[in-house]
Amino acid sequence: MRTRFWRQRTNIISATLTLIASLLLTGCFGNDEEDWNGKNISGLMPELEFDLINSQGKSVSGDDYSGRVRMLFFGFTSCPDVCPTALQKLNQATSGLDPALQDEVLTLFVSVDPKRDTPERLAKYVDFFGDNIVGLTGKEPQLRELAKRYRTTFGYDEPAADGNYAVSHSSAIYVFDREGNPRLLMRPDLSREEIRHDLVALIQEDA
Amino acid sequence: MSLLDYLLPYDFSPLTILSYMLVMGFYGVGLIRMPEQDRPGSLRIFAFTLGVLICYAVMQTRFDYYAQYMFFVHRGQHLILHHIGPILIALSNPLPVMRFWFAKISPGWRHTLRPLGWVYNVLQQPFIALFLFVGLIYFWLWPSIHFDAMLSRDLYWVMNWSMLLDGLLFWWLIFDPRPPAITSSLGYGRRMLVLAAAGVLQMFLGAWIVFSRDMVYDVYEVCGRAWPLDPEVDQLLGGMLTYIPPAMMSILGILLMLRRAMHQDGKYTNQSKQLEETAS
Repeated sequence: MRTRFWRQRTNIISATLTLIASLLLTGCFGNDEEDWNGKNISGLMPELEFDLINSQGKSVSGDDYSGRVRMLFFGFTSCPDVCPTALQKLNQATSGLDPALQDEVLTLFVSVDPKRDTPERLAKYVDFFGDNIVGLTGKEPQLRELAKRYRTTFGYDEPAADGNYAVSHSSAIYVFDREGNPRLLMRPDLSREEIRHDLVALIQEDA
Repeated sequence: MSLLDYLLPYDFSPLTILSYMLVMGFYGVGLIRMPEQDRPGSLRIFAFTLGVLICYAVMQTRFDYYAQYMFFVHRGQHLILHHIGPILIALSNPLPVMRFWFAKISPGWRHTLRPLGWVYNVLQQPFIALFLFVGLIYFWLWPSIHFDAMLSRDLYWVMNWSMLLDGLLFWWLIFDPRPPAITSSLGYGRRMLVLAAAGVLQMFLGAWIVFSRDMVYDVYEVCGRAWPLDPEVDQLLGGMLTYIPPAMMSILGILLMLRRAMHQDGKYTNQSKQLEETAS
């Protein structure tokens, strides 16, 4: 009896489910209140937290840079293309900001190649890309932990005859607001104007 | 990396480990305590254990790391969670063990648990089961949803668990060993129809991924791959894993149902006639 009861209602139940599902789907895909160029990652990722060393060789944590909009980027100083292009673009985006806003943004460049990237080497490298950039690195387990926290990874290729090796890493720029909440994921193909637009929106929103 | 690193979970989930331990614990203790004549044979026990183990392996070993950073490994993970693992578990027919434990539940508890049975009955309506089975694959592979699921640890776990649980429901509906002639299980014709529909719908999606010229799933590009594999190759392999094995599984399922239907042809006629007589 019960089976027949359910069988008779299959159509109604399935129609209702289809309706609910389609409502949910349009709800998921339809609304994006902010006009961000980056991908909105609010609520998808944990707050900015790390335990690394800076280019002066001092231990630092996420709190040391709080109060500013932060852009987290993984890379390595021997990187032939992705890192220099991205860092240069970030530098152009921030240096084009109103001077009063420039200090509100900080780029955190995390080298995932601690074997080659000593703090001194890292300091020289980041200085080349402007003032508002900090070079960070750490022991491999610390870096692995940070990468895992932000759902990314890195890997080392076999060294060539001259001892050089490539490092695979995320090409994304993770943007955190002043409180350290994850806000945007920027793909490196965004233009500096698009990046600047998002940064200004984030700075002004918090101020 | 040592062997232990490969066997330990990449993303430790106590709830997942506890669930697997409970399942294996209840299955094992049930097997030992149940009367010998009800106990499943060793092949069935092996199939059940293998099904559970491969699902565990893709969720709580180093495999999960590669599944998070490679599209095709991720597709392989879902092939196991949504198809192969649940198929092995359903074919192993753990019903006797479940009956054994069900008999131990006190009547009061059974009464409390009745809503679960209602939910189960709704989910096992053929159309709803098909909608959920195929719908979940489409849902989690919808590019923007997929992007979010790979970025958020919570969503990622919801995705994998929903695939596993739905896989179990669906393949249990299909491979339910109770003959439909004398029980409430789904008729063989309907089972085959559901399988055929599921196969065709999955082939559409798989073919779309395989033949896409653009990068559909660029989250692996943005967040880095586990090793430097050409993104197009990764997407092609992932598409093929969505396209071919699920379609094959549907056909195998249909053949198995045909075999069962042929074996049971005429077997229950006398009994159903008797039932009809008593009913009238």
